[in-house]
Amino acid sequence: MLNDVGFLALVIGFGLSVYASAAAAWGGWKGRSTWVASARNAACLVFPVLTVSVVALVAALLRLDFRLAYVADVSSQAMSPFLRVTALWGGQQGSILFWAWLMAGFVCAAVLRPWRDNRELLPWVIAVAMLTTAFFVGLSVFITNPFERYWLLPGAQDLTRALFAPRGAMPYVPSEGDGLNPLLRHFGMIAHPPTTYLGFTGFVIPFAFAIAALIARKGQEDGWIRATRRWTLVAWMFLSVGLILGGRWAYDVLGWGGFWGWDPVENAMLMPWLTGTAFLHSVMITEKRGMLKVWGMILIILTYSLSLFGTFITRTGVIGSVHAFAKSALGPAFFVFIGLTFLGSMSLLFRRLPDLRTEHELEGLLSRETAFLLQNLLFLAITFAVFWGTVFPMISELVTGTKITVGPPYFKQVTGPFFFALLVLMGLAPLLAWRRHGLRSLARTAAPLLVASLVLTAGWAYVHRLHPAAWAGLWLVSFASVAVLAEFGKGVQARMETRRETPALAFVRLVGRNRRRYGGYLVHLGVLMIALAFVGDAYFKQETQDTLRVGEQLAIGGYRLVFEDLRAYPGTDGREIVEAQASLYRGGKFLAALAPRRDYFVVQEQPVTVPAVYATLAEDVYVLLVGWEGTGYGSTTFKVYLNPFINWAWLGGGAIVLGVLLSVFPGSRAYAEASYRLRSRRLEGAETAGEST
Amino acid sequence: MRRLAWLWILLPLGLAAVAAVSAEAQEGGEFPTDNDVNAVARKLYCPVCPNTPLDVCATKACQDWRAQIRDELAAGWSEEEILDYFVAQYGERVLAEPQRRGFTSLVWILPVIAAAAGLAGVVAVVRGWKAPPKRAGPASGATATYPEVAPDVLARIEKELEKIA
Amino acid sequence: MGESNDGIPSPATDEPHPGPGRVGFGRPVAYGLVLGLLAMLAWGLVRAESGPRGSGRAPDFTLTGFDGRMVTLSELRGQVVVVNFWASWCPPCREEAAYLERTWRAYEDRGVVFIGVDWVDTEKEALAYIDEFDITYINGPDIGTRIAQAYRIRGVPETFFVDKAGQLRGVYIGPLYPPELDNRIEELLAEPETTTSS
Repeated sequence: MLNDVGFLALVIGFGLSVYASAAAAWGGWKGRSTWVASARNAACLVFPVLTVSVVALVAALLRLDFRLAYVADVSSQAMSPFLRVTALWGGQQGSILFWAWLMAGFVCAAVLRPWRDNRELLPWVIAVAMLTTAFFVGLSVFITNPFERYWLLPGAQDLTRALFAPRGAMPYVPSEGDGLNPLLRHFGMIAHPPTTYLGFTGFVIPFAFAIAALIARKGQEDGWIRATRRWTLVAWMFLSVGLILGGRWAYDVLGWGGFWGWDPVENAMLMPWLTGTAFLHSVMITEKRGMLKVWGMILIILTYSLSLFGTFITRTGVIGSVHAFAKSALGPAFFVFIGLTFLGSMSLLFRRLPDLRTEHELEGLLSRETAFLLQNLLFLAITFAVFWGTVFPMISELVTGTKITVGPPYFKQVTGPFFFALLVLMGLAPLLAWRRHGLRSLARTAAPLLVASLVLTAGWAYVHRLHPAAWAGLWLVSFASVAVLAEFGKGVQARMETRRETPALAFVRLVGRNRRRYGGYLVHLGVLMIALAFVGDAYFKQETQDTLRVGEQLAIGGYRLVFEDLRAYPGTDGREIVEAQASLYRGGKFLAALAPRRDYFVVQEQPVTVPAVYATLAEDVYVLLVGWEGTGYGSTTFKVYLNPFINWAWLGGGAIVLGVLLSVFPGSRAYAEASYRLRSRRLEGAETAGEST
Repeated sequence: MRRLAWLWILLPLGLAAVAAVSAEAQEGGEFPTDNDVNAVARKLYCPVCPNTPLDVCATKACQDWRAQIRDELAAGWSEEEILDYFVAQYGERVLAEPQRRGFTSLVWILPVIAAAAGLAGVVAVVRGWKAPPKRAGPASGATATYPEVAPDVLARIEKELEKIA
Repeated sequence: MGESNDGIPSPATDEPHPGPGRVGFGRPVAYGLVLGLLAMLAWGLVRAESGPRGSGRAPDFTLTGFDGRMVTLSELRGQVVVVNFWASWCPPCREEAAYLERTWRAYEDRGVVFIGVDWVDTEKEALAYIDEFDITYINGPDIGTRIAQAYRIRGVPETFFVDKAGQLRGVYIGPLYPPELDNRIEELLAEPETTTSS
């Protein structure tokens, strides 16, 4: 009964979103506000309606209603209620519904904002956002419906999946489900899809605003940018967190000692993040100086298109990957939608290109504007390199018939230099003035930072012997970090001098009054911490593998691992565990008892390697159980990785979240808005000036 | 007889020297160690599983291949010979790093070209942003780049400034 | 521009923004690239959805067996050919190995040829496998995985059936169990030999 209600709600949701999109477009085109108002209501209704569907599916998962094929696929009696709920996004059908639901939520929130400004954009924002929502809900209704059941046709060997009974078929209700893939039962993998989807779907709103601005010929103004600043930040934050969680999952579960493998699906998520970051920065300059308007449009269209593209290759298996979902019938529908989105946005942009004129000018080549432009170029170059490397295997097969692999060595070598250049820019850009900056004055401000960072790097170099590129990497991270910290320091110092505040109070007030700026710097620090983890992974990683008998040890980088015991026992969730006991020593001192193991999930025939990790801020000692001969006293093969700086990646993630929250928190609007308004060419009318107070 | 005696002394000394040198070269354990195998395997990808490096992959097939690398190393093959053998046997896609010849070289070249083109574009754009030098005109000297501002606007500016300070 | 707004005059110029790339040739290039990308994705999609080759002319190949024998598919016209892809590390392949060898021995004098193509395997393990199941029909490594790519296999074991005229008559994915293999062979054997070669 509940399942039927859920399905019905899904269909209603589809109808509403189609209506909302059409009505908004009609109202916008003809200038009929009643149609737009109606569309607005319909648009916001989609969210509660879809919530009914989601609740119905979650309820079915919780009570293990195996009548639904989806429930039988992703849940099983052995799974805890928490895991059953998270199975909502564990399979194709559920995750599409989940995606559509999140998108509907964002659109509802966007539609509910008080539209005192940017009123001309409203109909088109609804039209575009609802069109996208309609597509995903439509996918859920017609192609990957989570409310399908299993049927047994007479004389058939396999089961059929369908919503309604095929002629002569009997419903098939399995007594036990397949359960969630064991690899997915990890906190990172549980939180990774929701955060990633929030990121992807969050970008629909800025995209819709951008397209609306183009359609309504308001691209010249920055109204759409200011309206979506917080959306963009929050969506970007979720996307970043999603990426980091994915990396954490890979590190904990996949057992190859790293957290980023340049796998096509990972790259598919990275590309919209790259263009999204460029977009975030680019619109700052559009707001302040009215420049890079076309860039802003291009970047948001790219970000949104790349997220569609990313989800397309993930779900259809067009490019093979370890991550891909099982094959489904989504492909052609998705393909058409992507094609229309790409071509439609592009042609719209081309048509409105004459409208998007830059307003200001520069006096010198060296200026903050140039830095922003360079930043755009670098991010796009990296995006192109990643894109090219990801699709080239397909191209190669198409043109020459040979399959090739483009893996981490390629990506590291090609994107490395660009990332390094970005680090330089990150350090230098806050020092640059608008319009023009003298080279000498830049040298003067940058010199102390350069010296400080070189000293830091030399110190590190003394501790580790380094490869030249490693020196460059460490130095750049130090340079940029020192530059960011110097910004904090300068601000605190200025306040201390002018207002005679204590350092602590100065710091709090500084950050509190300029949340946007210092939130941004905090995010930069977070990114630098992650960069440090990448540098560690690329240049300082060590590994060793050896087969030991009980009592023997292996050595790596000052640590000793002594093999003590090996045993096998059954575990929870239907798995068989083989576990090794080992002790970790450093310089004669006992550090920890480590127990790397291999779990074998009998039903799914899936082995999962669980590493034992000794984690410190400086490095991780990551121990894997690779093989064994008999339990007890047999010889056992261990693989140990030394991963320097890796925990900075997770800390960096935390810093990013804090920084974004700080930046997004309302309160400092008065100051920010007032100062921007002064610098921009148009002063809003007196009524909006009064509004900001 | 005497000459042979020298041989009896030199030979074991020579062997001991060779053994000492080679023991130093390996990290405890006979050649090829797991690390030697992994060093070669790292440059290869599993031909069966998608996007999994050979030194990491845990399947039986990969174990067989690593065993093959071990045998080949023990037989004295160089790393290059082993890689060439794998490419010949299993196709180009076992290489982790795409080759720099033939059609595949495009994968390396294009990003560089794109970046260079982008840089040229940036330079062009920035030049376009730079204001043309002010011609000597009827304008009232260096200070008056902007025309006069109406007094009520001035008042509003003062008010906004006050709000910030 | 020059629209007056609250009486604040505009100091800037009205030059159109140069834009990324001169708009003149930028437009067709951009469209061309996007359409090219879409075409490639479409091809990828079609390929991802399609399975192993099941019909049409069987792609020709020459296989050099582990024991030195050689066989070329096109030279086997007039006989029914069973092409089986396997690997030593593949557990389902082991399930059908004995059945394949039995069936081969039963039909080898009746105009049926069995060819075993060893897919991405190591010679040592392959020879051990052949030894274990005492396989007598020709088995050889698929050098460069060319044969596997021609037949578009997705994994192992997969068995392809070629009729007397050299046409592919279906593929069986997964391990073969009796009497499936016998049935298929009988079916193809019963067909008359065509005088024209295709």
